Amino acid sequence: MKENKKISFVRRKFLKTFTVAAAAALAPLAKANSAVKDFDFEDFVQKNFKEMTPKEVEKLLKRLEKKYKEKYGRDFVVKATPPMENVEFGYALNLSKCIGCRRCVYACVKENNLSRKPYQIHYIRVMRFKNGPIDLEKSEHYYESERVPEKGYFYVPIQCQQCRKAPCVKACPIKATWTEKDGIVVVDYNWCIACRYCMAACPYMGRRFNWAEPEIPVEELNTNTHYLGNRPRMKNVVEKCTFCIQKSREGRYPACVEICPVGARKFGNLLDPNSEVRRIIETKRIFRLKEDLNTDPRFFYFFHS
Amino acid sequence: MIRDLKFLIVLFVIFVLAKNSLATKEYPVPYPPLTPGIFPCMNCHSDLPRNTKKRVLKDMHQDIKVENHGDRWCYDCHDERNLDKLKLANGDQIKFEDSFKLCGQCHGNVLNDWKKGIHGKRTGSWNGEKQYLLCVHCHNPHNPPFKALRPDPAPIRPDSTLLKPKHHNNEKKSH
Repeated sequence: MKENKKISFVRRKFLKTFTVAAAAALAPLAKANSAVKDFDFEDFVQKNFKEMTPKEVEKLLKRLEKKYKEKYGRDFVVKATPPMENVEFGYALNLSKCIGCRRCVYACVKENNLSRKPYQIHYIRVMRFKNGPIDLEKSEHYYESERVPEKGYFYVPIQCQQCRKAPCVKACPIKATWTEKDGIVVVDYNWCIACRYCMAACPYMGRRFNWAEPEIPVEELNTNTHYLGNRPRMKNVVEKCTFCIQKSREGRYPACVEICPVGARKFGNLLDPNSEVRRIIETKRIFRLKEDLNTDPRFFYFFHS
Repeated sequence: MIRDLKFLIVLFVIFVLAKNSLATKEYPVPYPPLTPGIFPCMNCHSDLPRNTKKRVLKDMHQDIKVENHGDRWCYDCHDERNLDKLKLANGDQIKFEDSFKLCGQCHGNVLNDWKKGIHGKRTGSWNGEKQYLLCVHCHNPHNPPFKALRPDPAPIRPDSTLLKPKHHNNEKKSH
């Protein structure tokens, strides 16, 4: 712990001297280059979110709300709702019920302010498999069908599996991503340096990278946001499913659960013996993806008619 | 004094009634999707004689065909004594709101899972009050299999040219 503080202190000191010099050097370019124009000094020298005091967090949220108001002309609420006590989120998905309609994909896009066309970002990939064993190599997610479900196929939606032993968290060289107490793996977008090691480490392709400035029509923005969740992202940061942290931490279901027309998606507290997910884990034949990798996901799949 | 007592008794009765009406809502379900203009059935049927002989309907309701649901007909589930109600196999009369009991007579396992929130869709909050959907919100009782849907559009295939600055594209074309 002590060592960590020391490192971060040295980093702070370096950043402060460096950025002052850099800002001075870049000032003449500011008008010419939009990337430099969008440069936010306060974002750059900000502390790691986990090391902030409650007061600093409050200040940060207010600053972001003001920033988004200026940028999008709409009133945002940026929350930092902490995890609830005795809650560990879990997810169960009934593959016998899923019809591959992709309603979840677009509900997620809307709720989480994901970039629309042409730099499209989807947290959920619905993989289509021919009946038989689950062979990910032979699945596809670009299927265009008139009607679903189709005969001879089944569908497996894949999103962040919120692993207990998350390889992405281990891979991050600067601790910009971590597992919260309630089991949600989150990203501090302001801290991410765009190295994408986490994406290489994730065996589920659960993370997405903003190769360009996200494209979202202003009127479609969801202004109810969480710092670690759906607040507007910027170019060059990694993002991922957070079980709709802005909703789930307030007792509501994630958007994909709410939209699913067949009720295949189940969400709840793994520590509550009466929750839907616990009942499924205890009474149905469940499995997890790539179990042999020992990532220990909190995302369970099951077949049950 | 007597006035106060009366008032208290009235309060008590209201409390008991309210409690009972809440207690019967064991599974909070929304109103069933009854066809407007058709329900209440007794608007027409109260004046009509009841023919309980199993037959193919010719004068009315020809559009309702019982398919994919075994050899059933109207009065297996609709109560011939009061057509605004349903009836269980044992003859008990139930409301349309309680139709899950009717389905559960055969689909007991599914009913069990539905009560626990495993089968079917629930809305509300994961740590608080939940709303159940009735079986008939997703399954047409006269033709129960879930209907196929048109899927939402597929994701765009990655296109690296999107991210290149424009003059790069022009260079390519000129070569």
